[in-house]
Amino acid sequence: MTNASGKHEMLYFALRNTKLRVGISILLFFIVLTLIGPFLTPYEPDEFVTSGAFPPSSKFWLGTTTFGEDVFTQVVYGLRATFIVGIVGGGLGMLLGLLIGFTAGYWGGVVDEILNMFTNIILVIPTLAVLLIIAAYLKVRGIFVESLFIGFTCWPWVARAVRAQTFSLRAREFVDMARISGVKSYKIIFSEIAPNMMSYLLLVFILQFGGAILTAATLDFIGLGPTNTISLGLMMNMAVLWSALILGSWWWFIPPGLVITALVGALYITNVGLDEVFNPKLREM
Amino acid sequence: MGRYFRRKLLIYLLTFFVAVTLDWCIPRFMPGNPIDILISRAGLRGSAVQSMYDYYMGVFGLDLPVWKQYLNFWASLFKGDLGISIYLFPTPVTKVIARAIPYDLFLLIPSILLSWIIGNNFGAFAARSKRLDNSLLPISYILSATPYMWLGILLAWAFCIVVRIFPLAGGYSFAMKPNFSLAFIGSLLSHWVLPFLSLFIVQLGGWAIGMRNMIIYELESDYSHYLKALGMPNKLIRKYAFNNAILPQITGLALKLGEVVAGALATEVVFAYPGIGYLILQAIHNEDYFLLQGCFLFIIIGVLAANFIIDIVYLLVDPRIRAGMAGETA
Repeated sequence: MTNASGKHEMLYFALRNTKLRVGISILLFFIVLTLIGPFLTPYEPDEFVTSGAFPPSSKFWLGTTTFGEDVFTQVVYGLRATFIVGIVGGGLGMLLGLLIGFTAGYWGGVVDEILNMFTNIILVIPTLAVLLIIAAYLKVRGIFVESLFIGFTCWPWVARAVRAQTFSLRAREFVDMARISGVKSYKIIFSEIAPNMMSYLLLVFILQFGGAILTAATLDFIGLGPTNTISLGLMMNMAVLWSALILGSWWWFIPPGLVITALVGALYITNVGLDEVFNPKLREM
Repeated sequence: MGRYFRRKLLIYLLTFFVAVTLDWCIPRFMPGNPIDILISRAGLRGSAVQSMYDYYMGVFGLDLPVWKQYLNFWASLFKGDLGISIYLFPTPVTKVIARAIPYDLFLLIPSILLSWIIGNNFGAFAARSKRLDNSLLPISYILSATPYMWLGILLAWAFCIVVRIFPLAGGYSFAMKPNFSLAFIGSLLSHWVLPFLSLFIVQLGGWAIGMRNMIIYELESDYSHYLKALGMPNKLIRKYAFNNAILPQITGLALKLGEVVAGALATEVVFAYPGIGYLILQAIHNEDYFLLQGCFLFIIIGVLAANFIIDIVYLLVDPRIRAGMAGETA
């Protein structure tokens, strides 16, 4: 270990970290399931394959809904929607947050005052409340539109974090050096400041990813999810609406929630694991 | 201290302004028009559609210039007039919401406060104790990743269907009328337990994780090492660490409110609990846009008020801000 350095050292700690191993394994499992899932099932998510609700069997791995749809098929296709929301919604939130955070943190002064005020205002307004009224007015909602709206409302966290980091990096000598040598501002941001917070940005993205998934699940559950595809939140919505509880069809409402919990939980645990890998102070724990 | 307050107040006023403007803008600039929906419900034909359309545009003041509509919106807002609910026609929206709010407060305040207190103490207790850390931490992460409504569904299934201890739906027994009898209060409480529990349990995880991390950070700081070098008992050092760690947790409470409110909305849908969340569901199903916009405004006002209270508490707890030595620049 003594002669291990740089990337190898990072990799060494990454492979040794139990949290990271567990988190990544669960994530990989769900990614693989999303990719090959549609080939594992002969049905479509909205296809009525049998009559009524049946418990899990060898024919229907996770049972069927009251309408006779295959729950496993719905979970697999719902997972795809979940990943899209996470990547598009979380990604867009990340980009907006980066843009605003870098601008505010690098230029400071009045620009920072205004942007910071704006960030704080959006931060106080509950995201879901805004999403609710936007979604309620859209008659046809796709998964991409939903992701875009989530992205447009979830950036303040990132902006805040990035701004604080940029503030501290801006005052370092190497940034001053670049500025004196006449490097353009955006170039300083992308080649001097951003690389120094790469690990931090990865962690922020993971949290954004998980947050977007949970927000989408809540929105779908209230009945404002996509109107043209299945999603995990929508499955729970249907299960509650069509009395799966009273009928005792546990196989209808347990899998979608379990998948969300496992996926988001895995993201959080990966986040902590990565934090320990990147931050030597936390390693000895 | 004055500066701190003025800044905060300015932020809240601006937030309220932005929220009201959003509330006004979204219905007007989104595709689809509530008036069209009203008319399509009436099932009219021919020229009646146009005259009905004009009538409604006049009634709701939609034929005025846009800036005038905006000013009118503010004016009626200050009069407490948010329009008439379509779903519970002809009750005013303010009245419908006023009936729902006690249920929300009754659900949110105890669950937020209790989970905050218990979660923080749990987290502080678990920090730096290997065994607790290894068992409590994974559970906390799983809890904070659980969607509120899913835990609600699980609890409802376990305690209403499998073991019939608690009732499944409503704010009180459907066979009763609201009154001040013991039986009615008992019914209120038994309907309250499960929604409360699902909110309480999910929040617990986040606070425990946050506090654990903060305590570890504080125990690593110079003053802790100094106290240790002086030979102070561990208990005292941890107490100091706790006092310092609690401050960011108070700020965290303000930042988490929006998420908790969202969770409460979803939980109310699961249990058909007659708060704002259930109203929103009804408003969506009945395309009652006035009610929906009213709910939005009340959520914002509630969150702003709670934020303001938390700011005051922060002020009382943190001596540095009181002395004007340091203020978290809002």
